[in-house]
Amino acid sequence: METPLTQHIVAGRQPLSLKEYERVGGYESVRKVLKQMTPAEVTDLVKASNLKGRGGAGFGTGMKWSFVPMDVPGPKYLVANADEMEPGTFKDRLLLEGNPHQLIEGMIVAAFAIQANISYVFLRWAYKLAASEIRKAIAEAYEAGYLGENILGSGYTLDMHLHTGVGRYMCGEETALLNALEGKRANPRAKPPFPQVSGLYGRPTIVNNVETLCCLPHIVNKGAEWFKSLSQSEDAGTKIYGISGKVKRPGVWELPMGVTVRELLEEYAGGMKDGLKFRGLLPGGASTDFLVEEHLDVKMDYASVAKVGSRMGTGTMIILDDKTCPVGFVLNLQHFFAQESCGFCTPCREGLPWVEKILRAMERGKGQPEHMKILEFHTQYLGPGNTFCALAPGAMEPLQSALKYFRADFERHITEKRCPWKQ
Amino acid sequence: MVTLTPEEIEEIQHEISLVPIKKAACIEALKVVQQHRGWVSDESMKAVADLMDMSPAELDSVATFYNLIFRQPVGRHVILVCDSISCWVMGYENLRQYLSDKLGIQYGQTTTDGRFTMLPNVCLGCCDHAPALMIDNDLYQDLQPEQLDEILNKYA
Repeated sequence: METPLTQHIVAGRQPLSLKEYERVGGYESVRKVLKQMTPAEVTDLVKASNLKGRGGAGFGTGMKWSFVPMDVPGPKYLVANADEMEPGTFKDRLLLEGNPHQLIEGMIVAAFAIQANISYVFLRWAYKLAASEIRKAIAEAYEAGYLGENILGSGYTLDMHLHTGVGRYMCGEETALLNALEGKRANPRAKPPFPQVSGLYGRPTIVNNVETLCCLPHIVNKGAEWFKSLSQSEDAGTKIYGISGKVKRPGVWELPMGVTVRELLEEYAGGMKDGLKFRGLLPGGASTDFLVEEHLDVKMDYASVAKVGSRMGTGTMIILDDKTCPVGFVLNLQHFFAQESCGFCTPCREGLPWVEKILRAMERGKGQPEHMKILEFHTQYLGPGNTFCALAPGAMEPLQSALKYFRADFERHITEKRCPWKQ
Repeated sequence: MVTLTPEEIEEIQHEISLVPIKKAACIEALKVVQQHRGWVSDESMKAVADLMDMSPAELDSVATFYNLIFRQPVGRHVILVCDSISCWVMGYENLRQYLSDKLGIQYGQTTTDGRFTMLPNVCLGCCDHAPALMIDNDLYQDLQPEQLDEILNKYA
């Protein structure tokens, strides 16, 4: 089984230095694209590879790049979204801390494809180790001539800067991220125009997730067909999956795209801790719908998870066990979303705190029968199409599916006037 | 009226030199002041705003958006307790309770000796090692309340 993204990451060991990385084939894709390929050929290759964005939305990466107008004068930008803040998600941390040169190499490939001359790594504040490793790696890449002016004598110039954020989940949304990078409040922007046309400082900009960018050197070196062959499903490549919660071995693994939920849960995470039963899981972070027992044989790829009414999201699962209260679980999520709402649009700003208050009342034994209807109303009212960005609709995904799969548990809170999980 | 130190001004000017529009460096400027002073007072806010050609209100609207720009004084060390879902499942509330009892502070409060401030924080991105918290720049994972005494002792 090939694990291109993590093959050089060894737990407890320093990431490869530039020299070590070069010895295992590092930066070959930069040589190849700069010397043998046109930007359009790189974009076509990535389109052919069927690489989809690993940040959660699963949009085709080559397709995204192809919207960048190539014939306009003036600067273009590439941004690596390393603002990993989706609760339950810890996959990009592995790539950032474990092999920063792979990210830089991928960013050079992407920047060349859209002919950007300035690039940023937008890193969340909490990733201190990643910050120092990336800073070091960027300096090494400049020193070796992979960044800066006239890279490897090709005439192509690319600068790269590390930007560390100062908090707020919103910054992971790509247009909000661009506002943060411009020194503004991280409110999302209206789309269209999309960032590909008018992004950072109003210039064409591509924002790609860390894991997405890390796939690129391998696609360039080994080809689109090879990349597709890594997968066990229609979606190409490998995927970094993770599991947290009360399982025997929580962790993060690079596996062929399309392994089943059951394989991940039972084989890799070792199943539930002794004495606990599986009740459900969020397949890809806090803003995805619950999957339950009947979905264990679903493949973890974009289309298969969508078919059963959820989203693969970031591919890092959070497990709900039978000794954990589903209402408390959803309350924790809604508290997060209510707190992280940027407050820009009304349904999100007003609706999420209401949902949180109702769930808290239920947990405290103050739930009323009409609360079920109010919660259901919110899953519609804060759903897709009614808000400015995807934060509130994302918040409603675990709520609406919890109301579907764990309805009896919500109702017990109301009829028993207490949380049955609390002594 | 607080004035910025030459060192702070130099660091802020460096940040300004890296961006195409002066205002774009304003978050970096706030970070510089916080780095030197621990937090951003109203007076510092005015001084930075002057330097950035912004009104204090405009700069404050940016500062107050971000939870890690501190607009109130904090202790010498800031404890960020992860309160997101994986840490909740794994029992972070026991950590929070232990810290509250031990230090005599709730979220948002500072110990009377000015040593610690405790704040909640969203997912720290190490969910396979929950529950977790950070103190200043240090990450602690797989925590049990009984480990906390030894950890706190490292911070004077």
